[in-house]
Amino acid sequence: MDNRSIISSYCIIRNKQVNLNGSLFYSGHEEQPAGFFLELYKHCSMNYPKFHKMDTLCRLGFLASELMLSRKKLNERYRGEDIGLILYNAAASMESDKAHQKSISSRDSYFPSPSVFVYTLANIVIGEICIRNKFFGESTFFIEKKFNPSLIHQYVGDLMARDTVQCCLTGWLEMDGDHYDGVLYLIEKSTPDNHGIVIFEPEKLSQIYLQGT
Amino acid sequence: MPRVFITGIGIISAIGFDAGEVYQSLRNGRSGVGKLTLIDSVYQDEIPVAEIKANLQELMRIATPKINGYYTRNALLGLIAARQAVWQAALDRETLRDTALISGTTVGGMDRSEGFIKGYLAGTNKGMIRQVSGHDCGDSTEKIAENLGIKGYMATLNTACSSSANAIMMGARLIKQGKAKKAVAGGVDCLTRFTLNGFNSLMILDRAQCRPFDENRNGLNLGEGSAFVVLESEDDVVRTGKTPLAEVGGYGNACDAYHQTASSPEGHGAFLSMQKALDMAHLSPADISYINTHGTGTKNNDLSEGVAIERLYGNNVPPCSSTKSFTGHTLAAAGAIEAVISTLAIQNNCLFPNLNYSEQMHELTFVPIQKYRPEFPLTHVMSNSFGFGGNNSSLIFSRI
Amino acid sequence: MEQLIAKLKNEIIEVLNLTEMTPESIDENAPLFVEGLGLDSIDALELIVLLEKKYGLKLSTADEGKTVLKSVRSMAEFIRANNKG
Repeated sequence: MDNRSIISSYCIIRNKQVNLNGSLFYSGHEEQPAGFFLELYKHCSMNYPKFHKMDTLCRLGFLASELMLSRKKLNERYRGEDIGLILYNAAASMESDKAHQKSISSRDSYFPSPSVFVYTLANIVIGEICIRNKFFGESTFFIEKKFNPSLIHQYVGDLMARDTVQCCLTGWLEMDGDHYDGVLYLIEKSTPDNHGIVIFEPEKLSQIYLQGT
Repeated sequence: MPRVFITGIGIISAIGFDAGEVYQSLRNGRSGVGKLTLIDSVYQDEIPVAEIKANLQELMRIATPKINGYYTRNALLGLIAARQAVWQAALDRETLRDTALISGTTVGGMDRSEGFIKGYLAGTNKGMIRQVSGHDCGDSTEKIAENLGIKGYMATLNTACSSSANAIMMGARLIKQGKAKKAVAGGVDCLTRFTLNGFNSLMILDRAQCRPFDENRNGLNLGEGSAFVVLESEDDVVRTGKTPLAEVGGYGNACDAYHQTASSPEGHGAFLSMQKALDMAHLSPADISYINTHGTGTKNNDLSEGVAIERLYGNNVPPCSSTKSFTGHTLAAAGAIEAVISTLAIQNNCLFPNLNYSEQMHELTFVPIQKYRPEFPLTHVMSNSFGFGGNNSSLIFSRI
Repeated sequence: MEQLIAKLKNEIIEVLNLTEMTPESIDENAPLFVEGLGLDSIDALELIVLLEKKYGLKLSTADEGKTVLKSVRSMAEFIRANNKG
């Protein structure tokens, strides 16, 4: 389909490990997702207090995007409205949904938390990443049974080919109970300056996804 | 790239069980906002909602699903609306095999799951596990596809209140790209304790009927419903000799990137999405005859959207109204419900009013439409849907 | 009053996930919103829930919240005035 786009960076967060562009960036200890995300946040000396308000899905997305985008200087190379964000998962915002549901289950102890409710939507993670990075481009969140590289390639490829966006963050962010699986890709247009090119195509998305599984 | 047309619409909401009923309610100023009756909630007497007056059994009778299974309120509402659209577009079984289905929803099967969890939390043997079988957002999409024989590409979106607007955008794109010949696109969301409590905790629910774009507005009324449109390419419409209802002239989506649930005071995302839609449609602001606003009635949205509209349209803001004053805020279904309402406005050359308005917002210079106006020719209609997470979508529908 | 203020600071840190702050770093007289701690609208709502959950005090509108939630001290004074702390 569109062979004018490339995967210029990627980040995989799963099983207490972070893989950044094919290299093991960090290997952690904490078993629970929240614990591991905090461990990673501290290890990277990130300074973003809003991180602590996020639910685990948003923390996963935030961490993956921060790591993937470090040194990419997107805001220097693109206008905010030209950067898109297309994400997928199967469990939507399940963890926050459960927390919110729990807080309204008993009439005797009825204290719904607004800051929990705010996260009961899969696409809030897109909002968090955009707020952090000042991205104003198109965004969508799809619910799919499992990681589907053809779908990603088709949809994002279309946006890139038609210049709806000039660059796009995309990938799979799954957060369900103790299971987390974050795979983010940065898609840019191919130019004479891109080195070590990975062409944006379903097989490559798949290969990357399968690393370390 | 082919032009995309709407050849069928389907809708079920608090103001009508089909497009005809909805149109009559709109022209007669009959709002669907009233007392919550079908959900057992501590807020029953406190919070007005736009409820569809039909319980599960009644919806089953209307939907008459052919495929056995466990049907949530969302699945039934979606099936009812999607089928109306498919029938109006006269899509036969053969055609439906190749037709795409894109649906937006946020609550999924929560209406049933929240019933389950009460029993479950009381003791692990209580609560029927069946009740959560329809929980996933994709379940209602699949139920619609199975019952209508839709076997083409299928997707479920969840981008809060812009979900079904984005579904329509996606359907149009699939056709323009030649990836689907036709698409059924829309969305569904029903009322649940989950959303009632959640929105209440954000303190953005009005205890009275909502008043979009009024200086003294005090929040939104939650609603429920479903709507779907059938989208077809120009070639197909010409070949079959159908008379389309409207054209999907343009669309745009942008991120506000300001706050998880509030919109930026200058309406940056709204401005961008409206501008993008105009650019795509090769139109200028002066070409828009009517704006169906997102207009939830919250202090924040109406100011943000109003400011963005004035920035884009300058001194020539076209007639605007929020029909959420009739339907309530139907969350994921809002985009599609308002797409159907926009199509009805174009078909009937009329302007639908913005109910409960009395005082102009101090920050704005325009006022919304206050009375139903028949015989008002419409050429291009803009419809806005802005979701939590800063997901802003604008669609343009045009007269054929 | 000082004990109540100290208690409130801990509760605020917990409820608002201000993980990187300590009670000592919060000035009880400084504004909580816009400047000072720079909390947002969702934080305001959480503090309203805190007042109800921990102190049985109900604020019905976000506007009423504005005066009560001005600073940690104004929150403590509100609690005291209602004989709850």
